[in-house]
This record gives sequence, C-alpha cells and structure tokens, in this order.
Amino acid sequence: MEIFKYKKPLSLMSKSKRFGMVSVALLVLSLGLIFTKGFNYGIDFAGGTLVQVQYEGKAPIDKVRDAIGADKNYEGASVTFFGSEEEVVIRTKMSSKSLGEDIGDKMRTLLKDTGKFEVRRVDMVGAKVGSELREKGLMSMFLAILGILIYVSFRFEWRFAIASVMALMHDVTIAMGAVVLFGIEVNLDTLAALLTILGYSLNDTIIVFDRIREGIRTIKNPDLGAIIDESVTQTLSRTTLTSLTTFFVVLTLFLFGGEIIRGFSFTLLVGVVVGTYSSIFVASPILMWLGFSVSGFREKEAVKLKREKEKEKMRQMYENGTL
Amino acid sequence: MKTLNFRVILFAFALIFGIVFSVPSITQSESGKKITLGLDLQGGLHMLLGIKSDVAIESRTKSMAATVKYIFDDEEIIFDELRMVDGEKITFELLDNDDVVKAKELLKKALEGTVLSQDGLKFSLEMTEKEIARTKQNAIKQAVDTIRNRLNEFGLAEPTVAKQGEDKILVEVPGIKTQEDEQRIRELIARAAHLQLMAVDEERAARVMTMNVNEAKSFGDVILPDVNTPEKYLLRQIPILDGSMLTDAKVGFDKNNQPVINFALNGQGAKIFGDFTAKSVGKRMAVVLDNKVYSAPNIRERIGGGHVQISGNFKLEEAHDLAIALRSGALLAPVFVMEKRSVGPSLGADSIKASSIALVLGFVLVILFMFFYYGMAGVIANVALVGNLFLILAIMSLFGATLTLPGMAGIVLTVGMAVDANVIINERIRELLHAGKSVAKSIEDGYNNAFTAILDANVTTLIAAVVLYAYGTGAIKGFALTMSIGILASMLTAIVGTHGIYQWLLPKIDKRRLNFWFGIKTEGAK
Repeated sequence: MEIFKYKKPLSLMSKSKRFGMVSVALLVLSLGLIFTKGFNYGIDFAGGTLVQVQYEGKAPIDKVRDAIGADKNYEGASVTFFGSEEEVVIRTKMSSKSLGEDIGDKMRTLLKDTGKFEVRRVDMVGAKVGSELREKGLMSMFLAILGILIYVSFRFEWRFAIASVMALMHDVTIAMGAVVLFGIEVNLDTLAALLTILGYSLNDTIIVFDRIREGIRTIKNPDLGAIIDESVTQTLSRTTLTSLTTFFVVLTLFLFGGEIIRGFSFTLLVGVVVGTYSSIFVASPILMWLGFSVSGFREKEAVKLKREKEKEKMRQMYENGTL
Repeated sequence: MKTLNFRVILFAFALIFGIVFSVPSITQSESGKKITLGLDLQGGLHMLLGIKSDVAIESRTKSMAATVKYIFDDEEIIFDELRMVDGEKITFELLDNDDVVKAKELLKKALEGTVLSQDGLKFSLEMTEKEIARTKQNAIKQAVDTIRNRLNEFGLAEPTVAKQGEDKILVEVPGIKTQEDEQRIRELIARAAHLQLMAVDEERAARVMTMNVNEAKSFGDVILPDVNTPEKYLLRQIPILDGSMLTDAKVGFDKNNQPVINFALNGQGAKIFGDFTAKSVGKRMAVVLDNKVYSAPNIRERIGGGHVQISGNFKLEEAHDLAIALRSGALLAPVFVMEKRSVGPSLGADSIKASSIALVLGFVLVILFMFFYYGMAGVIANVALVGNLFLILAIMSLFGATLTLPGMAGIVLTVGMAVDANVIINERIRELLHAGKSVAKSIEDGYNNAFTAILDANVTTLIAAVVLYAYGTGAIKGFALTMSIGILASMLTAIVGTHGIYQWLLPKIDKRRLNFWFGIKTEGAK
C-alpha cells in the first residue's frame, strides 16, 4: 500500500505565512488560557489529599457531599465521579502530618453511613513536598530543553537547534493550553507527558532536519525554500505514518488505559498531533527566518572537508614515510 | 552476500535472551529473576516521612541528665538544682568544693562530645556542635532501623525502609489488604515507644491538680496524664531509667486474664532499678510510655532481676503491636508524613487489566497497520517489535526493575515509537526502489541513509527520558525507565535485527513481487 506518492514537491514554504498565523493564533490562545484560567494543579503540586472510593452499585454522590461537608475541616472539598458511576474521588486541600489517624481514615469514618464502599486510593502530599515537586518539575523541563539544544547544535548547526527548540516550545505550549482548556488536573504524570512530548516532537523535527541537512548537500538548487519543500515532501509519508502508529497506541491508552492515567494519555494525544503539525509546518520556516544560508553552510562544509582531506593526505604521507 | 550474517545471528541471540529471561516475569514463576510490580499496580503503601530531630537532641540531653544524676548518686557527690534548660542544656550545682575535680573527671569520662562550663560551683553541660549533628544523623539512621525492624516483626512481605536525601525516610509496604490494616501499620511505625520509669514526687503530689506546668518545672517535675483516666501525676523530670536498657518485651496475661506487656531490663538497668526500689520503699513509681502514665504502683520492697510489667487495659492486638514497638526500640525522634500514596489491591488489579488491554490493542493495531502498509517488510518490522517487547521485559527482569502504571504506559508508547525506525528505513528503501535501484542496493543504501536520522531522533528522546528519570519520583521513574530501555532495545531489534533478516532473506526476495515484499507497485526495479 502506498498513500504518499508525490511526483513534485509540495510548495509548503510559499504557504508558510498562513501556517505561521495558525500557530501564532494557537499560541496566543494557549498562553491566554494559561495566564487567565491557569493550571488546575492536582495534589502533587498543590499539596492536599485525594481519596478514591468505590461503592457497590451507583455512588450516592449527594450523600457523600453532605457527609464530607458536615466536617468543617473539609469545607471546599470537591467530590466528583471518577471514570464510572460507582467511583467517586474526594479532593481536599488539607493534608495531615500524623501517621496515626490521617485524612483517609477520617473520610472513612465520615462516609460510614453512605453505603457499602471500599477506599481504593489515598494520596496525600504535604505542602512542602508539593512545592519541591513543582521546582523539580520546572527544573527537569529546563534541563531537558538545554540538553536537546546542546545535542542538536553539536549534530547540526545552531540555527537548527534554535528552530527545533522553538518548535518544541510551540508544541508544549499548545499542549499546556489544551490541558488548561479541558481542565485536566496537572500532576506528576501530566508533567511526564509534557516531557515525553518534548522528546517526541523533537524526534519528528530531527527526521525532517536530517533530510534538509542531506538535501543541502545533494540538491543542486541553492534556494533553501526549495530544499525544504523537497525534504519535507520526502519525509511526509514517514512523519505521518509514525505519528499514526504512535497516535493509535496513545488513543488505545486514552480509551482503555483507565481513569488514573487519562490526564497523561490526553496530554500525549494532543502532543502527538501538535508535534506532527509543527515538524512539518513550523520548524522549517523558523529555520528560514533565522536566516540560514545554504551557500554559507556549503562553504563551511567544504572547508571542513578540505581540512579533513589534508589531514588524510598528511597521514598518508606520514605512513608512507615521506614526511 | 552471505545469507547467514552476524546481524541476524545477533538478533536471534537477543530474541532467545529476551524470551528466556522474560518467561519468569510473564508466568510469575517462583524461581528466576522477576520484574517487581510497583505499589500502584500491586497495591500498597508508599510514604515519605520527615523527622523532628530537635526532639532527639532533647531526649539525648534528658538521658545525659539521668546519667549525671546516677553517677553523682553512685559516687556520693552531693549536688542540687539539676535542671534541663531549653531542651539542650543541663545545669547543676555542687555543694562541696572538694567534689569539683572528681565530678569533672567522672563526667568527662562518661559523657563524650559535651562541653562543661563552670561558674563557681554552678555548672552547665552542653553538647558540642559536632555532637548535635551526629545525634541528628543518628536519629534518622536509628529511625530507619527501628521502622524496618517493626515492619519485619509485624510479618509483612518485603517492606522497604530507606533514608532519602538528608532528612527524609522512604517507607514502602506492599501487599496491604485493607485500609484498617494500613492504619494499624502506620500507627505501629509512628509509635515513639519511649518507655520511662519515673519517680512520683510524693512531697508535692497532693497539689498536682492545681499546679501548672511552669510551676512543676521550677521543682524539676513534669505533669503527665493517665492513659485511661483523667487523673494526673506529678513526676520527677529526670527518669530513673528509660527503654534503652530494655532487652525484651512480650505479651502476657495478668491474673484477670487481661493482656499485659512483660519486659526485661539489661544488667545495668536491673541494677539501677534494684537500687532505686530499695531506696524508695513506700513511694510510688510510674511506668510511662510515650508521655502517658500506664500505672503507678507502690513500691513494697526492693525489686531485683529487672522484670517489669505494663498493664493498661490493652486490647490483645494493641498489646501485640506495642510489644513489637518496645522490642524494636524507641524512635529517638518522632516522624511525620510528608507524602503518602496508598493504593488498594483491587485498584492495582484494575490498573493492570486496563493497561494490559491498552498494550494488546495498541500492539495489534500497529502490527496490522505495518502488515497492510508494507507487506513482508512490515512483517519483518513486526518480528523486531515482538523482539523489542521481550527484550524490555527481560532487561527489566534481570535488573529486578519495578514496573509501574506509567511504566506500562511507557511500554505502550514504545510499541508505537519503536516501529518508527522501520518506517523510516522502509520509506528509504521504497524511494530507492522507485528510483530503479536493485533490491540489494536499495536495502543497503536504505539502511545507511536512514541511520543518522534514527540515531539523532532516538538520542534526543533518550535525553528527555534520562532527565525524567533523574528528576522524576516514584511511579514516573518507571515511565522513564521503560521508555529508555525500549529506545535502546529498539536500536538493536529495529535496526540491526531487521537489517539482518533482509540480508538473510535476500536470495528469496523476488524483484517481480515488490508489492508482496515492500508493498509498492513499481516498474523501475531491476
């Protein structure tokens, strides 16, 4: 089977302004959401307690709310269904330091008369640990981006590195925007999903850049736009196919993987789509805007090649004993 | 070209290795190295505990005071006003100038790491900075050991207790059935189990109900409540002896068939206890546990042998846990919860089920897709994918790595991403075939052309995974781990393995049937 058969390269660069507008619009929207509505931090980062309760039969959610509300300590606690009608999750900002009777135990007592139930999960994060985790999370994002920047500069050229990191931030920002838009709780696993998007989206971009790097060496036309068009067209099938297989598995994870990792799989789902889009339509135009010069790159390559050849010649002479 | 090449042999070895070492984990056999299931999959309790190390300093000071008193009494040095100040300093006054030299010498010998300062006949004794740091470190180390002992004695399977960072303790207990059991375990961990035998201040005992804390302090006393009744006791602040001299504690029954705890003291403890009871006939002595008075019997005669009993209307379960706590020693400093994650066994089982369904479905989708899109080339990629899965499991089994729910997600994701390499390679091969190259040349060049892209792409994903592993906590580490192993294993299976299979099959590849082999229709191939 073959889906992608192009006799002629697609002219993408000529349309790059239009895609740029779409991206800018999405970015503005995402940033707007992040700064106005803000993240819905889960207990991992905000501190607090989460209690997951499963009832036999439908959970009497109103009764649960009343029972919890009866205790002044848990004012503002939220009770929501979780995955199915049998399960509810109670979230409160409170956390307790005591090892003995903790909030989970107290909830159990409060819920005593609401029916037959089983407490299936109690997560509690103290405020101090929460802020530590938040710091660590930001640090890990920063380090991952830095590491990638260094590696790509080393393997390609600094403009490639900047372009790929910009594409990456584009993807992560839009994924975060989606997380805010859909009110997904931001926990450690959401952060893990964002970091995975970093790696994944870059993966796609690198494949395209690799082709462009190759195109610069092999394609006669020195116009960068033409080289990019041809390279992107050549990798289009691969980019789409891999994204498709990844999309399949993330979708199964989202649909069947269970409620606990839904935030994680949702974030990834968005990331895969945006990452694919950006590696085709966003990363390469940035390369152009950064003023990457094909002839300059070729000259540098030629000089490098020449130097290597000279070295080789010297070595040959040395080995032959003529030096 | 040789048909049996090193690549395919290497792949075969990897496949056999993968299957052999993943079998124990898949079948959950008794023997062999297995993947450990994370607490979020098998159910259990994960806690990060903090420690109030100031309390360790205070109790160290208190026991220093007890030592001072014991030495002076023993050597018949007359002293007065032995006090603890701010929980970190002891002051006392000697009454006889002739005792000063002897007292100084004795204290220097008995109490290492302290500074004694003198102002006339008034003395104060303090720990050095180094000793304070050492005491704090010791408190954490001791807490780790004590909690581990308690959990082991409770009969739980493979609990983990470890120091984390400078001042935190990680506790992981798998296999807890109910929330009630969990609470019992938490209470056992938290129990300070600080046993003290203290003298009742008989001179002022009558005034205890009207006396406030500060007043009691000025007499060198403390007021402690009874464990069961609202009654209060006025006790000498510095205990006769404490739980550090205890050698054994067992549950027994008194004459009313009520559970009690019998404990035995070591030689030194027995001697101190014997001496004290001999001197204090007719007075009361309180058995104090965690700052609550359990009993305060009258001393009728000297009690030798060092056997003491605690009674306090215990339930049998309670007495059992308390005896464990006493046996495993007191916590020098109380611990508190900083983070707790507890998952019931049924939720863990549900998570395994859900993530396994996602894995199988995702896997089947990818396999079908690859087959329909690439024909035999897709089948070869699928063989590599299966090999990849086995390799991930085998490597994790060999290292006894922990599989968490995010870890499962990592494996699912790897299934989607591992075929990436094969997609890149197959696309390259198709391109070359379209350009009219021979099958052999297309395969060789296809692999060469694809290699740098695959390498760069994998390294960058690996960078993100490694950062995640270094900075992630708990379950998230599991995700980073399976992703990293998956990426590395895919380099072997998807690049080397499939390349070997192509070379091996090359003589059989019919250039007229490119649609069957590579899923393309082309007239150009030679």
